[in-house]
Amino acid sequence: MRGIATVVAAVVKVERADAREAILNRIRAAYVDRPARVDVPRDYDVLTAADIDVVELFAERVADYRAVVHRTTEAGLAATIAEALASRSARRVVVPTGLPAAWLASVISVDQIADDPPLTHAQLDGVDAVITSCAVAIAVTGTIVLDAGPGQGRRALSLLPDHHVCIVRADQIVGGVPEALQRLDPRRPLTWISGPSATSDIELDRVEGVHGPRNLDVVLVDPRRSVQRPR
Amino acid sequence: MRDQRPVVRVTSPGRPAIHEPLPTFAGTPPFPEAAKVALADPQLRRNLRMATTTIRTKRARAVEECPDWEELRVAGAAIKDDVMARLPELLEQLESNVVAAGGVVHWARDGAEANAIVARIVRDAGATEVVKVKSMVTQEIELNEALALQGIDAWETDLAELIVQLGHDLPSHILVPAIHRNRSEIRDIFRTEMGAAGRPAPADLGNDPRELAEAARLHLREKFLRARVAVSGANFAVAETGTVMVVESEGNGRMCLTLPDVLITVMGIEKLVPSWRDLEVFLQLLPRSSTAERMNPYTSMWTGVTPGDGPQVFHLILLDNGRTDVLSDTVGRQALRCIKCSACLNVCPVYERTGGHAYGSPYPGPIGAILTPQLRGIARHPVDEQTASLPYASSLCGACFDVCPVRIDIPEILVHLRTLVVRQHGWRAAFGQEAGMMRSLGGAFGGPRRLGAAERVASVGGRVVGRSGRIGRVRLPGMLGAWFRARDLRAPAKVPFRRWWRGHARDRDGGGGGG
Repeated sequence: MRGIATVVAAVVKVERADAREAILNRIRAAYVDRPARVDVPRDYDVLTAADIDVVELFAERVADYRAVVHRTTEAGLAATIAEALASRSARRVVVPTGLPAAWLASVISVDQIADDPPLTHAQLDGVDAVITSCAVAIAVTGTIVLDAGPGQGRRALSLLPDHHVCIVRADQIVGGVPEALQRLDPRRPLTWISGPSATSDIELDRVEGVHGPRNLDVVLVDPRRSVQRPR
Repeated sequence: MRDQRPVVRVTSPGRPAIHEPLPTFAGTPPFPEAAKVALADPQLRRNLRMATTTIRTKRARAVEECPDWEELRVAGAAIKDDVMARLPELLEQLESNVVAAGGVVHWARDGAEANAIVARIVRDAGATEVVKVKSMVTQEIELNEALALQGIDAWETDLAELIVQLGHDLPSHILVPAIHRNRSEIRDIFRTEMGAAGRPAPADLGNDPRELAEAARLHLREKFLRARVAVSGANFAVAETGTVMVVESEGNGRMCLTLPDVLITVMGIEKLVPSWRDLEVFLQLLPRSSTAERMNPYTSMWTGVTPGDGPQVFHLILLDNGRTDVLSDTVGRQALRCIKCSACLNVCPVYERTGGHAYGSPYPGPIGAILTPQLRGIARHPVDEQTASLPYASSLCGACFDVCPVRIDIPEILVHLRTLVVRQHGWRAAFGQEAGMMRSLGGAFGGPRRLGAAERVASVGGRVVGRSGRIGRVRLPGMLGAWFRARDLRAPAKVPFRRWWRGHARDRDGGGGGG
């Protein structure tokens, strides 16, 4: 292995030495007018207006993508997750490392599969659903962001199963995109999800569900709310 | 460069090898001729009109929702101008951050160099096929054709790209490459072609988009699960962090970016942004301008490799391929701001009528009309006739500038490129006669007396044209002939407007309708 790596590194070095310098020189030669550094005017909105209820807005915008939104409290969470799984008759569900065990308290007669040791892609493809938490959620765009942290697992987990149940706590919801980026760590692999997989490639007619999960259930845990039936 | 035509290799067992040239844009006639062919296809025009009207309306709604849209545009343009002003420093910063995060960075002067690097990586990985995320840059360098010559199959996984690839066709739109195909055509392509490339379509496949998407899902799933190497482009790369980003809708991108062992990303050197924070501008501008949504369904961001998650080998290829030529033109340079959203295509009256193929490159529409000639070096040397015809593929109406999320002044660049064409080829050159025509028209419109004279001449000409009511089927000599070869015009009114107005004004208030 090391031998091959050394050869590859040597080849890369030789090829780079030529092309890299050539391109950088071409760029410098193209600066006939000596362009100066440009200051970026950032007069756009960075913070969401204080009078906007980001939790309500998030629920509304996620639903616009034809994802299913469930509103619940901490006390009703386990039952809501179980109902979301049952609504699509999931029999086998993959559970990422770090997902709180209490969330699964009401999930009965469903095979819970851990990704430890890591499942093969074929095994993951045979699973009906996945339950994850998330890193951040964005109200204006109805987006959830996964960063492979605890309770989310590696990226393939939330990709191959056809049904994704994602739990979002109210305090994870920010107003807009700028606020979300401030909370995220670029060194982690990030997946931004806005509704189920979709395409408009045929006559611009939107079809939900191509390769990613075709069903997205977002379970919104809001301590302000008294327990109520999920929609 | 290419003296050997690439061929389609059909690898499925039990079928004879089919040797058929892969379609390329090479040989597209100059725009006026290519447009004429497209205009004669009523089905194509119906498909295009429906699609562009739909997405135009949707985009307008998505943009209206943002009260700070103009401020975002201004910021987007400034960020990209900043990138263009300090490319060497930012590219080196990106390189060192990607390498620090476990990636390998390559530099490629042109498409051939980039294609050779990709082929070598695929071979070294012991693979004979790659799965591909939709990418403009790999179309630009004709990667699939180059890989085919090396015996490597490149499978397009975006639904529209799959339709184009299975149909042995060429893309005609940046965002919706199969926009020229309707659902019945797509069903026929899937029925007849899927079997040769892998899992066949169901025999009773209908033309409902839902059914067609399901057929694509099943066809591609086996390819995703077995693929060991993926190839992608990049929407943005952040110099400050080494992060690369791809936006998409279907999840095919996530499949390619997550499941294989090896990921190869090809990106133009202009695709950079300096800082992580800059993404807050483009993640608002791009989806609303492109698919006209608040956010596209999936966006993936990765920095080098992550142990235990996704590809464990990551190669980033930084491609020039004419971009430094674009950079050397201080007027045309702003074309490098382009984030490939395709909003300018959807509002362009010329694109709506001719479709994308007439532009003879993967970049159609207004952005293609300014980008393709520049990438082909128009700022440095004379270009071929087809390339030189592209800056004329516009009525200069300016709708493209109004929707451009990074405020590229496309009409300004079009006019600039026309002067380059005239300077290089002379205004008498067959396609360039239009420039001379513009000049004489400019003279005619320059003063009321000359305009009046021109109107009277045109009016007589119009009566000569007679029953068809159109000029364009008549062969006219010289400069006029060149002008009308590219245009069908309604015959001028029998009574010129200025004369009609004088008469009308006199009737109404006893004379003197001023101009």
